[in-house]
Amino acid sequence: MSTFLAVLARELRLSLRHGADTLAALLFFLLTAALFPLAIGPAPETLGRIAPGIVWVCALLAALLPLDRLFGADFEDGSLDQLLLCGLPPGAIALAKAMAHWLVTGLPLLIAAAPLAVMLRMSDPALPALLAGLLPGTMLLSLLGTAGAAIVLGARRGGVLLPLLVLPLATPVLIFGVAAADAASGGLSSHPHLLLLAALLAAALPLCPLAAGAGLRSAAE
Amino acid sequence: MLQGTGLAAFRGERLVFRDLDFAVAGGGALLLTGPNGSGKSTLLRLLAGLLRPAAGRLTWDGADALADLPAHARRVAYVGHQDAVKPALTVAENLRFAARLSGGSVGAALAAVGLEGLADLPARMLSAGQRRRSALARLALSQAPLWLLDEPTLGLDATSVERFGTMLLAHRANNGMAIAATHLPLPIGDIAELALPLNTPPPLAGGGRGKGAVVTARPPPPDPLPQGEGE
Repeated sequence: MSTFLAVLARELRLSLRHGADTLAALLFFLLTAALFPLAIGPAPETLGRIAPGIVWVCALLAALLPLDRLFGADFEDGSLDQLLLCGLPPGAIALAKAMAHWLVTGLPLLIAAAPLAVMLRMSDPALPALLAGLLPGTMLLSLLGTAGAAIVLGARRGGVLLPLLVLPLATPVLIFGVAAADAASGGLSSHPHLLLLAALLAAALPLCPLAAGAGLRSAAE
Repeated sequence: MLQGTGLAAFRGERLVFRDLDFAVAGGGALLLTGPNGSGKSTLLRLLAGLLRPAAGRLTWDGADALADLPAHARRVAYVGHQDAVKPALTVAENLRFAARLSGGSVGAALAAVGLEGLADLPARMLSAGQRRRSALARLALSQAPLWLLDEPTLGLDATSVERFGTMLLAHRANNGMAIAATHLPLPIGDIAELALPLNTPPPLAGGGRGKGAVVTARPPPPDPLPQGEGE
């Protein structure tokens, strides 16, 4: 357990040192979402209607941005070998990486989503449902992204391959996340959608680190 | 006691070595020699558990070493030909992760490689030799009985090579083992040699055993260590 925390602390420290890379995902999220009112016009009824979709798609794309370097930097400078030799199973290393990714990317996205949704004129009842969906949603994106990043590690053009691998896997997250916010703004319960998201998280939590760990092992070979 | 029997490994599609036998006892050291591409680095990665052997057995005190990889990883300190030093962190911060795993002191490890004055410098400012030394400082922190060294002294000046020799001797006196691949002479006294031939791939059938080298590395004779490096 202390080894796991040491890996996590190391990741967080590195993210803080590479502050520009860390902020890039957040700024990308805010800027792309801010483009929509400019492109489709500021009419509140149109914007408010599609606001959950905008927030979710932008969050999904922004979460993909740092994945390329998640293992890439460690792979190139030999640190991955040292991580694999730290005495943890590779799945635990992948889980620590996923947690670090969520803390420095997912959590800021979740926090920034609230003012963004207000800016996009989202209806009042939809906002809590959107945030409640983004909480497991961003965790899921971190887990799926970590698995994808580990699997394409060492492949040529891995950076191009990565979104092609992760985006299809992330579609259920998008569907239930947007559905939760839409249901709330239509006066329905968002509960079933949130529970489905939680179920997805419960499945991804053990499976994604295992897949990522296998990917790391084969990349090291 | 680390023992390899009939080890073989592939690098991509190419068989780099086969039928490799060797044994290293506690306190022993083994030098891997051979031309470029003969599989020295591959063998070190195999011994670290990063690469699965295509054939053969690797045993630690008689038990299969690679059956439990995380447990094997705790027995191993590996310095690859990449330094694994993060340019954005300071020299001391780079070592803190290794120190948290082993519980050693970062200051003492830096002193062992003569980098104590540069502890707070970002690692991106280091020269190639200094970066190598900070990678070697991880060895000073590690409690692992088996050191796997890939060209450990590449880029080091004479003083640093001597300091590294002191570290290696202390490690061996502590009943530790070291396996190193290098083309540069290592200042650590007697060392067994395992020569890896350059494998121009023969057809796999009918090769038979006995082509690989058989080497046994024993601990150095008990007397020669000066007792000065305890502090």
